[in-house]
Amino acid sequence: MATTAADGNLKPYLRKNGVKCEHIGKNGYHNHKEKNGQGTGVASRRHKHEPFEQAPMYVAVLTYLGFGIVTLFGYLRDFLRAVGLEKCNIAQEREKQKDFVPLYQDFENFYTRNLYMRVRDNWNRPICSLPGPVFDLMERVSDDYNWTFRFTGKTIHDVINMGSYNYLGFAENNADFLKTVADKVRQYGVGVCSTRQEIGNLSIHEELEQLVANFLGVESAMTYGMGFATNSMNIPALVGKGCLILSDELNHTSLILGARLSGATIRVFKHNNMQSLEKMLKEAVCSGQPRTHRPWKKILIVVEGIYSMEGSVVRLPEVIALKKKYKAYLYLDEAHSIGAVGQTGRGVTELFNVNTADVDVMMGTFTKSFGASGGYIAGKKELVDYLRTHSHSAVYATAMSPPATEQIIRAMKCIMGKDGSTEGMRRIRQLAENAKYFRSRLKEMGFIIYGNDDSPVVPVLLYMPAKVVAFAREMLARKIGVVVVGFPATPITEARARFCVSAAHTRDMLNQVLDCMNEVGDLLCLKFSRRKYSPQPDLCDETDFELDS
Amino acid sequence: MAGTEVRPSQRLPPCLLCKDCFLFLCVNKHRPMHRSSRTLHLRDLRARMNFKNLREYLAWLYYQYLLITGIYVLEPWEKSIFNSILFSAIAMVVYTSYVFVPIHVRLALEFFLGIFGGQLESTMALMT
Repeated sequence: MATTAADGNLKPYLRKNGVKCEHIGKNGYHNHKEKNGQGTGVASRRHKHEPFEQAPMYVAVLTYLGFGIVTLFGYLRDFLRAVGLEKCNIAQEREKQKDFVPLYQDFENFYTRNLYMRVRDNWNRPICSLPGPVFDLMERVSDDYNWTFRFTGKTIHDVINMGSYNYLGFAENNADFLKTVADKVRQYGVGVCSTRQEIGNLSIHEELEQLVANFLGVESAMTYGMGFATNSMNIPALVGKGCLILSDELNHTSLILGARLSGATIRVFKHNNMQSLEKMLKEAVCSGQPRTHRPWKKILIVVEGIYSMEGSVVRLPEVIALKKKYKAYLYLDEAHSIGAVGQTGRGVTELFNVNTADVDVMMGTFTKSFGASGGYIAGKKELVDYLRTHSHSAVYATAMSPPATEQIIRAMKCIMGKDGSTEGMRRIRQLAENAKYFRSRLKEMGFIIYGNDDSPVVPVLLYMPAKVVAFAREMLARKIGVVVVGFPATPITEARARFCVSAAHTRDMLNQVLDCMNEVGDLLCLKFSRRKYSPQPDLCDETDFELDS
Repeated sequence: MAGTEVRPSQRLPPCLLCKDCFLFLCVNKHRPMHRSSRTLHLRDLRARMNFKNLREYLAWLYYQYLLITGIYVLEPWEKSIFNSILFSAIAMVVYTSYVFVPIHVRLALEFFLGIFGGQLESTMALMT
């Protein structure tokens, strides 16, 4: 998967007739492109650089070796449990019902029972403070190798938080900033106790939707109480049987679930690979539906702004060019990119200087950059009016609660500058700076990092299962909280640690994290990169010129 | 990290083991040096792990072995089982090679010397 992505990104594009592909480095010359007039030259050149470096061969071999050995021991333990030599801690059938149809599929849980359970102290760690740039963890220990936990009663204070999606630092509990939220709670209460369609449509919701539409530069927007439900309940309202969905390989589960629920035909194209997408579009337009060859009712291309597991950014100008050529619709999920990228935090449309009218359905969530919960869908007025009546989320789900709504309003006003301060712009700049600094330093150290240079999501590849676990534990011992991701969420050979840089992190915190990464990288031998990397001089804090003589 | 002494003329040689081989027991990740002092600074730090004595180094090697084979996640008795199986397999390999390799090497030498010796003899016969 990563190989094809790497090839797709690094090979120069062939100039096909009318296909708007650009060669990396040769830019600014768009005479027969119908892209939106504003120069995409500089932006595209900068944002094309997305290497997916492959690790040396021995790493893949050793990863499989590690998994193989643990699987063998898993079989041994299962045998001991079946024979009765060992107590079975996992759910099992009752004796009387052993002849019935099995309720707990034994083999499907094999991975959970025999690998995840051994190491699950690295996930679901309970947090007992605000998830800001630093937080407090409750200390827990296990006496029976992670089957059960108990709390020692102590708290681990001031752990640096590198896992929360707190991109602009709005997850804060500063009383001054939250004054308006407190006022609204006094005015509206906390619960809405109804759906939007019935009695739950508060004036604060209308205000929020107006603000979101202004922020994004579109005609109209609609907000929902839950980000996942925004995707999974609205895609079925937009497409149905007889439509085609072209979805990126690495799309989020909510998009996949929504696509499956809709009943449309789903075809998957390779991650960020425009040739693959174009081939599918051509084939779809030429051959039509599978057996009848009737034309498709609708073709919907579903992509994300920033992919959260890779940190890569979608090639928006090219997707838009393709969609215009083949007359398809575009659904852009900006969950991680809204507020986090772009000059003024407007997302990938601003990053690539693309006209927002070109994206048919803009979707995003408020969980990441705005420090609240919920999602929105924005676009033309007809689209949003249609969704107000036909979307399951709008009709059946409880409306967003007033404090969350007010938090989004104040965060958005802060970003737009409407509250009269430059705090929003400062945070956006700080985030961009932090992301660049963090990424370049990690690359310098020799780690393999995926993704675009501008994205605040930094996945560091760890590969081997035991190293993933050891990494999480060592970082916690040094008071840094990281999120590590392994097999079911990522391909089996590409386990990683995912860092989310925030505007609330100071340079000192990042330096501390980087020093610990350096130590742990040497201790565990994690520096697999074989690339020569020369740092840019403006990123260095100190100039050690006297050492050069 | 600031203020560490770096000798600017120091060039760590490229590691012959790292690139694409299966020998993963490489302690120091060597890389070609850059001009920038900052990189020099970082590369040098990256290549150094301070082992106070041999014991610590051996403990680190054992840790790497645990991580690479995946044994790290298992319970202690499972670790012991795996270690004893691996150790006995290696011991058997060593013993077998000790017993049989000299014999095989001697036979091979005799075979090849036989061929070349034969050639020499036939050449001598032709010449005389």
